[in-house]
Amino acid sequence: MIRRPPPFAAAIGRHLPFAAVAAVALVAAPLLLEPFRLGLLAKYLCYAIVALGIGLAWGQGGMLALGQGVFFGLGGYSMAMYLKLTEAGPGGLPDFMVWSGVAELPALWTPFASPVFAVGMAVAGPVALAVVLGTLVFRQRVRGAYFAILTQALAAAMVILLVGQQGLSGGTNGMTNFFELFGQDLAEDSTQRGLYLVVAGVLGVLYLATRQLVRSRYGRLLVAVRDGEDRVRFLGYDPALVKTVTFAVSAGMAGLAGALFVPVVGIISPALLGVVPSLELVVAVAVGGRHVLAGAVLGAVVMGYAKTAFSEQFADGWLYLQGALFILVMTLAPKGIAGIAQSVVGRLRRARTT
Amino acid sequence: MLELRDVQVVFDGFRALDGVDLTVPEGELRFLIGPNGAGKTTLIDVITGLTRPASGSVRFGGLDLVGRKEHQIVRLGVGRTFQTSVVFEELTVVENLDLAASFRKPLWSLTRRRRGVSEAVEEALARTGLEELAERSAGVLSHGQRQWLEIGMLLAQRPRLLLLDEPVAGMSKDERERTGELLTQIADDHTVIVVEHDMEFLRRHASTVTVLHEGRVLVEGSVGQVSADPRVQEVYLGRRKAEDAVGNRP
Repeated sequence: MIRRPPPFAAAIGRHLPFAAVAAVALVAAPLLLEPFRLGLLAKYLCYAIVALGIGLAWGQGGMLALGQGVFFGLGGYSMAMYLKLTEAGPGGLPDFMVWSGVAELPALWTPFASPVFAVGMAVAGPVALAVVLGTLVFRQRVRGAYFAILTQALAAAMVILLVGQQGLSGGTNGMTNFFELFGQDLAEDSTQRGLYLVVAGVLGVLYLATRQLVRSRYGRLLVAVRDGEDRVRFLGYDPALVKTVTFAVSAGMAGLAGALFVPVVGIISPALLGVVPSLELVVAVAVGGRHVLAGAVLGAVVMGYAKTAFSEQFADGWLYLQGALFILVMTLAPKGIAGIAQSVVGRLRRARTT
Repeated sequence: MLELRDVQVVFDGFRALDGVDLTVPEGELRFLIGPNGAGKTTLIDVITGLTRPASGSVRFGGLDLVGRKEHQIVRLGVGRTFQTSVVFEELTVVENLDLAASFRKPLWSLTRRRRGVSEAVEEALARTGLEELAERSAGVLSHGQRQWLEIGMLLAQRPRLLLLDEPVAGMSKDERERTGELLTQIADDHTVIVVEHDMEFLRRHASTVTVLHEGRVLVEGSVGQVSADPRVQEVYLGRRKAEDAVGNRP
């Protein structure tokens, strides 16, 4: 016989884990961490937002998106363009354009002087690209490994495009030297703390919204599409539409994460959004546990932290450790950290009831 | 209600359907039989949009189905099951049914959480006798229960025409019995086409039978008429002894 706790306690119990994590992230971390570490945590949380999108698209929807860096980059570059233009002032040119011999501001850049446009494009750009890509790809019933390879090729193409357009994008170096955001000095600790809180807040809100989505009928439909796309068609749904919408949502998250990343970290360059960083995020989601949204978020933070901690000791060893971790998780605990946690909790519960 | 005219399907030079004419009036329970390779499943595939015919027309309630996508045909009220039942194992029985029942809702309205159980789902649960298992994950169901769940999902969609592809294949005797009852019940208020191999099942539950052979309609009629037809005995029953023939028993 299972003893049911009273409903009020149950409601609190259900929200307790999230509330505890939110309290640590929003109150304890800013108070306890030195500014440098808080900045790093803000960076990991940006990655966690991308990971949340991957958790939704891959973990729930079965779409192995290996090119989320593209969307992250679109968001990041949108924000960077805005920051560069404010720094250059009205009529001025960003520093790297002067160095590359660009005489006049390219037309593509002009609207990004508006912060609303820049932030809007950071989300709308990736969503639009994902809708176009998804419509083309999913309608043709391209899926599985083919979809994965396609997204990865997109990430490679994006890097080539950015590097080639030196005068537009800053080439290999990307864009850096950002000094202020909405009139706030980016070098100030208080600004960085504020940015951290914004990133943590955005992640929290997106997490709750995504969790709601996953638990809704739409989430059930997404799992059904993952496990039996053809059967879903005969239930009267269009799987291509479901997948496109989900892919677009995950792209929008990656774009927003990129826009937040730029003022937090102070740089955006092709090296931050190509094939390798895109893969690293997928590995992080796998390590954290792709079937659970919290696992994806946790994976991004843990792997981000591990990368920093390990690189501080052994500069080049991280790649090997990361590869080893991925293989270990895939062979020993395919459901990742979240899967291990679930089975431990399950065992404890059973031990208590018997 | 359903009208197929001169439907031809060619797979790599092989004529799977070679000019099939079929008319199924509203409210009928029609059995589709024929030896292996006669084109029974292909016929279902053509009606539901999975296979495109090389020529011919498929009309349902006055609408042409050829060229429409699978999910659009479902939305017109044509539902089907498969030989190998596919249910969503990670979802519970009631979630499977609810998903089937919600297909007419716009996508954005699905983002709300399910509260309780809708009337259509409740009805499907009751009809298929799966109430006890409603909250269990579909992955734990037995083969027979899966087939019932699939039929239940079909019912929850409230289709006008149901196409069942070998619903009793692989079932135990008791399960067949129950499926037969379920089928008779469903046929009361639906138009149903059943593809079936099982002779005894046919004898017990069929009224009108269409016999397919090598992609053509061989005979159509009542179980008695069809089984008495010498051509059917020849092609369908082949070398089997006469007393094994369909409906020869009282």
